[in-house]
Amino acid sequence: MKLHEYQGKELLRRQGVPVPPGKAAHNVADAVAAATELGGDFFVVKAMVHAGGRGKGRFKEIADQQTLQMVVAGAGDVPGKGGVQLCGGDTHEQAVAKVQAAAEMMLGHTLVTKQTGLDGVKVKTVLVTTGADIATELYVAVLLDRQTSRLVLMASTEGGTEIEEVAATNPGAIHKVWADSVVGLGDWQCRQMAFKLGLSGKAFKGAVKLFKGLYQTYLAADASLVEINPMIVSSQGDVVALDAKVTIDDNALFRQKEILGWYDASEDDTSETEASKYHLNFIKLDGNIGCMVNGAGLAMATMDIIKFYGGEPANFLDVGGGAQRDQVKAALQIITRDPSVQAVMVNIFGGIMRCDVIAQGVVAAVAEAGLKVPLIVRLAGTNAEQGKQILADSGLAIIPADTLADAAEKVVAAVSQ
Amino acid sequence: MAILVNKDTRLITQGITGSAGAFHSRMCMEYGTNLVGGVTPGKGGMLFDDKVPVFNTVVDAVAETGADASMIFVPPPFAADAICEAADAGIKVIVAITEGIPANDMVWVWRYLQGTDATLIGPNCPGVITPGQCKIGIMPGHIHVPGRVGVISRSGTLTYEAVGQLTAAGLGQSTCLGIGGDPIIGTKHIDALKLFNDDPDTDAVIMIGEIGGSAEEEACAWVKDNMAKPIVGFIAGATAPPGRRMGHAGAIISGGQGTAEAKYQAMESAGVHVVRSPAEMGKRMKELLG
Repeated sequence: MKLHEYQGKELLRRQGVPVPPGKAAHNVADAVAAATELGGDFFVVKAMVHAGGRGKGRFKEIADQQTLQMVVAGAGDVPGKGGVQLCGGDTHEQAVAKVQAAAEMMLGHTLVTKQTGLDGVKVKTVLVTTGADIATELYVAVLLDRQTSRLVLMASTEGGTEIEEVAATNPGAIHKVWADSVVGLGDWQCRQMAFKLGLSGKAFKGAVKLFKGLYQTYLAADASLVEINPMIVSSQGDVVALDAKVTIDDNALFRQKEILGWYDASEDDTSETEASKYHLNFIKLDGNIGCMVNGAGLAMATMDIIKFYGGEPANFLDVGGGAQRDQVKAALQIITRDPSVQAVMVNIFGGIMRCDVIAQGVVAAVAEAGLKVPLIVRLAGTNAEQGKQILADSGLAIIPADTLADAAEKVVAAVSQ
Repeated sequence: MAILVNKDTRLITQGITGSAGAFHSRMCMEYGTNLVGGVTPGKGGMLFDDKVPVFNTVVDAVAETGADASMIFVPPPFAADAICEAADAGIKVIVAITEGIPANDMVWVWRYLQGTDATLIGPNCPGVITPGQCKIGIMPGHIHVPGRVGVISRSGTLTYEAVGQLTAAGLGQSTCLGIGGDPIIGTKHIDALKLFNDDPDTDAVIMIGEIGGSAEEEACAWVKDNMAKPIVGFIAGATAPPGRRMGHAGAIISGGQGTAEAKYQAMESAGVHVVRSPAEMGKRMKELLG
């Protein structure tokens, strides 16, 4: 589960990581009140959406189509204002007025960034913070290193730049230390890292403390990523987490009740949210062939074979290991609701799951909602023969397939007609 | 012979009195697995299905039954502890079926296992089967036939697909191993390949990877110089979008890392016989073995 920046910063603050003073606001009046309370003559207003590229993003209701296309294409100089705005003035009042203007532009409007595509995402919350005096920008993150099965602290002097870009252009600038899973992240490792980043004096001490705080945040929140980009050093030597990207391990949400309560459903595709209610794993894609499969690996392989035969999958859908009739029905309904879907391929290899149960679910769904697009069903494994019989006896125009290749060929042929 | 499990394996089920644990314990017994006991804390002394003794602790179960393998169906919040309990009691092969164990728990489990001689399969896996001898896990036994091809996969049903294709092509399996779809797993592709390479009962291997992480690349680096047996390889997720978790906790392309293409390239440069269609795994193996 991804967190918003203000939520991630709250977790960091609890572990003693310095973050700029700030407040989240859900309406313009609260944004103005936040700035008034924070004081000073320089603020930053940030749109709280999960997508990256907010600063270079533009608002759908304000910018013209050409500008939005430039944003999505990742162009450098895009006219207008985006989802991160600096609000400075000669006086406190002038700055607050700019905060008000920025909040009005953002709240309730749809931010299009390079990552969101032209659809964009609606801004419901903004974060108002005080401005920062930046002398140096660094990158630091804690994440799981799958190769060593340990947590790793990773940092780079190339703050403000995406880490993937640094890895591609200047891998030598990225430093790593691995935490022992029992001892934890040692102070000596934090010192090593701070020295590698070229820090000294007050900034060195602040960085060591911040690294420990990130590691503690990762553990306490059951995160799968805690990324600070940039972590800044001010001209006074203060070290501050200016941004925060925190992702929580979905498997640990059962013991992170408070964080689970922070879930923002509006960030997720509505079909995906609905699917999760039925314990279906659904991800919307851009193609026109819907698919319903049991098991994540086989579901990916089914998408791959559709592509292999020249088709385009419209979704990933894993009905899981123990799906019942109702789940199968819900799955088919969610898939066929997408207007771009022109044919559906059901691919089930029964293990725990029995093919006769799947067949009953398919028949029930089709009998109830009708069959608007060709439906190709391939059943194998446990009770496959009974399942095929149920489909054949139903009298419905379901197209049976014997093998994976047979099913893929038939479904691709169905959409190309 | 085969690898990891065979007709002499003595199995216990941790979580034998839960619904999934009970169901699959019965299915394993039906297949012919020698299930010698079960563990559910607080239910020691009872008999499961009137014949299998239940113990309070794994140590008790090992002392009484001589068990050397365990199948874990303990719910996610307690599963990491159950894995360590099994290793501490001297169990040699631990098969963790449980899906949904927090990754942070697996970090310390992994570290704990380094000091033991236990082999962990999974978690979040279908298990391991040596056809005709021993089935530990949730795979459908009837699709397997004894033979000389090994199968390794991170997925459950995709493993069944590979097995189904082999069986249809007239090729039996030595051992089939689902290693699990989580970011931290006990046995990785490389570990399983080493076991198959040393197994006199295995002639060739189907290796199925998927997007996320770099375990396939690491295995291929080893294969290049060390693997003496042919491998047919497939990677699931060539069409998966970046940044999205494809069902399995570990199946995600992040920061340009873990793409299917990178894994295919690693396979090709290691001499693995790559199939880009998952329908071709059995056929390609048949061509290789003649």
